[in-house]
Amino acid sequence: MFETSEIETFDATAVNSARVRQPLYAARKKIFPKRAEGRFRRFKWVVMLITLGIYYLTPWLRWNRGPYAPDQGVLVDLANRRFYFFPIEIWPQEFYFVAGLLVMAGFGLFLLTSTVGRAWCGYTCPQTVWVDLFLVVERAVEGDRNARIKLDAAPWSANKLLRRVSKHLIWLIIAVATGGAWIFYFADAPTLLRGLVTGQAAPVAYMTVAILTGTTYVFGGLMREQVCTYMCPWPRIQAAMLDENSLTVTYNDWRGEPRTRHAKKAAAAGQAVGDCVDCNACVAVCPMGIDIRDGQQLECITCALCIDACDSVMDKIGKDRGLIAYATLAEYQSNMALATMGGTSAIDPGRVRDAGGKLSDKVSTFHVRKLLRPRTLIYFAAWSLVGLGLLYALLTRDRLQVNVLADRNPQFVVLSDGSIRNGYTVKLLNMIPEPRTIIVTLQGLPGAEMNVVGMDHSAVRSFAVEAEPDRLKTLKVFVRQPREFVAGPTQHFTFEVKDKSGAESDRYEATFDAPDMSK
Amino acid sequence: MSDKQIDEFSGVSTTGHEWDGIKELDNPMPRWWLIVYYATIVWAAVYVIAYPAWPLVRTATTGLLGYSSRGDVKTELDAAKAAKADYIAAIGAKSVKEILADEKLRIFAAAAGAAAFKVNCVQCHGSGAQGSPGYPNLNDDDWLWGGSAEQIQQTIAHGIRYAEDPNTRVSEMPAFADILQPKQITQVASFVASLSNKAENASDGDIAAGKDVFAQNCASCHGDNGKGNRELGAPNLTDAIWLYGSTPAAIAAQVRAPKHGVMPAWGVRLGDTTVKELTVYVHSLGGGE
Repeated sequence: MFETSEIETFDATAVNSARVRQPLYAARKKIFPKRAEGRFRRFKWVVMLITLGIYYLTPWLRWNRGPYAPDQGVLVDLANRRFYFFPIEIWPQEFYFVAGLLVMAGFGLFLLTSTVGRAWCGYTCPQTVWVDLFLVVERAVEGDRNARIKLDAAPWSANKLLRRVSKHLIWLIIAVATGGAWIFYFADAPTLLRGLVTGQAAPVAYMTVAILTGTTYVFGGLMREQVCTYMCPWPRIQAAMLDENSLTVTYNDWRGEPRTRHAKKAAAAGQAVGDCVDCNACVAVCPMGIDIRDGQQLECITCALCIDACDSVMDKIGKDRGLIAYATLAEYQSNMALATMGGTSAIDPGRVRDAGGKLSDKVSTFHVRKLLRPRTLIYFAAWSLVGLGLLYALLTRDRLQVNVLADRNPQFVVLSDGSIRNGYTVKLLNMIPEPRTIIVTLQGLPGAEMNVVGMDHSAVRSFAVEAEPDRLKTLKVFVRQPREFVAGPTQHFTFEVKDKSGAESDRYEATFDAPDMSK
Repeated sequence: MSDKQIDEFSGVSTTGHEWDGIKELDNPMPRWWLIVYYATIVWAAVYVIAYPAWPLVRTATTGLLGYSSRGDVKTELDAAKAAKADYIAAIGAKSVKEILADEKLRIFAAAAGAAAFKVNCVQCHGSGAQGSPGYPNLNDDDWLWGGSAEQIQQTIAHGIRYAEDPNTRVSEMPAFADILQPKQITQVASFVASLSNKAENASDGDIAAGKDVFAQNCASCHGDNGKGNRELGAPNLTDAIWLYGSTPAAIAAQVRAPKHGVMPAWGVRLGDTTVKELTVYVHSLGGGE
């Protein structure tokens, strides 16, 4: 027997014990971002104007390609399998240009993230831009943060109803415009708009508009930061892209802590006083509803609005800007070491200041040179290499091509005079939006002559054919070689095609099969 | 199980089931899951009423919407037919010559003919229309009954030696085993082989003697110079194309007891339009005249 007291007891609690149990699905806590003012906010307005402008207006830009091709600057013509981007026209088999652009976008994102962190998320991501736009509407209708909180808490009234209904209505109008703009990339925009309004457009157009209206409204108006936090993979991936020299929005607690709302009183009491006055302005403006002072976190999209908010407070109380600033982990750690004497004591902002209260020279700051490091240079090199490769491919690509498919059943036919005939399906690709006269010529294969099904001329070495603009022309060509010229069971020769009026040409190495005459 | 039993550790009620002292927790389903679950039940009920669902002895309930997958197929087939209707009508109305002259119509007819050929003709003529001994190669430029569009159409529509069609093409080469001496048969075979330089082992005497035999017995159908006669379906014996073999032995066998291929008449079975399509296809294989 033993005493109960001999048994070791633990201070353990089940993570889901009834006392601390929380529902599996946390309800969303409402966020009421306050309007921020400052340089980053101004920059974001400009980015918003540019990105939204590009999105809404691009389909309406015209580009004259002559009478045989659409005049829309950017058009994804799925029905005819053509993609137009101003002077560039892409056929389906040239899709590698799009793949290459995607690779470039990937490297570009890596490059951007390794230098300036989640700048994509904070400034140009459609989710961020549209949420910003929706917040503009919300502020205009319901007022800024405090007014919105008050309205949200207030019981339903005619005023609340009116404001809510108008807010959602404007959101929906924006959402419809957004969904609508998308489909203009896939058809002639003016025609499609007329069709949409008069109810003549294809059902799939309405469906697409409806779906994108729904996603825009739900993501931009209702879900907002939840899309970034729960749905988007990028916050998880970006951790692998950042390193100690990447710029991220950082709360410099080495000068901010200990924070206090009563700086004078604390200073009088002889306590260390940081620059942070704990006004929570950074939290109030945050569209993600987080506190940057808790450090770098998954939810932070680095929109830098907290920098604006904090800077204006620092200006008011006459302190240096940059309590919250773009900083790298390296400089942050060096400054932190300075403030804590290498981690041996609590933060004392006095250590980073000189006698006059200004930040001391020992405080390390960001230098543009840090942007140039092997990692970013390699990303940039890879990005440029793909870009140059694409450019080269674009400038040297053929706009006249020939593909030849030899008949395999039968491989050859013996004719009554003993000569041998092979059949070929010759495909001429006239890849410019102009009609062309193309000359097809046999090279090699002595004595051989061509016949084309459906054409009058017979037994020629060369013939001309009219190719429709921007179309594939398929010809059935029979090549016949007299028996005395047949030089073996397999002979190689060339179909050469040439633009009659231009210098462009292409060739295709083909094979001529014959029975083995030696047997 | 009237009173609720609560598990002390987790604070969740149990189902009351117990195995070796272990009780099963009765965790509630997440609400969204239950909503989806009930929604599927409602959906099932609606589906059963709206769509064919309950099997009966021979058939099944049809549902209020009157949907059937066969109906779907029929709609699609009708749509496909309607899409082709203009072409089919044009093919029906025009002659084969006119079809061949119209590029779009020719391409359509050749494609349709290729499909019909794969179903009806490949059994004898081969999948590439390349034929085999006894079955003519349709790719080459040698035609027993003529290679113009009209002649090909006539052959396909009415067949060859097809007893049930009064307009069928008929020719019959006599069995010369009953008429000629074996020696004469060897001689004439040597001569015929020599017309296309295939008689390497025959003596000049045989060939010369065979020439006389040919003039007396064969020239009436195959022509004085052996070029054949398409009116009679008599093959050209001077070219490189041989239906039953080009060696003197094979020729002699054919002289002795000729084989006669039979081709069915397809006009009644396939209809005028399909025959025209087949004609365009065969004509465009490379040997059409």
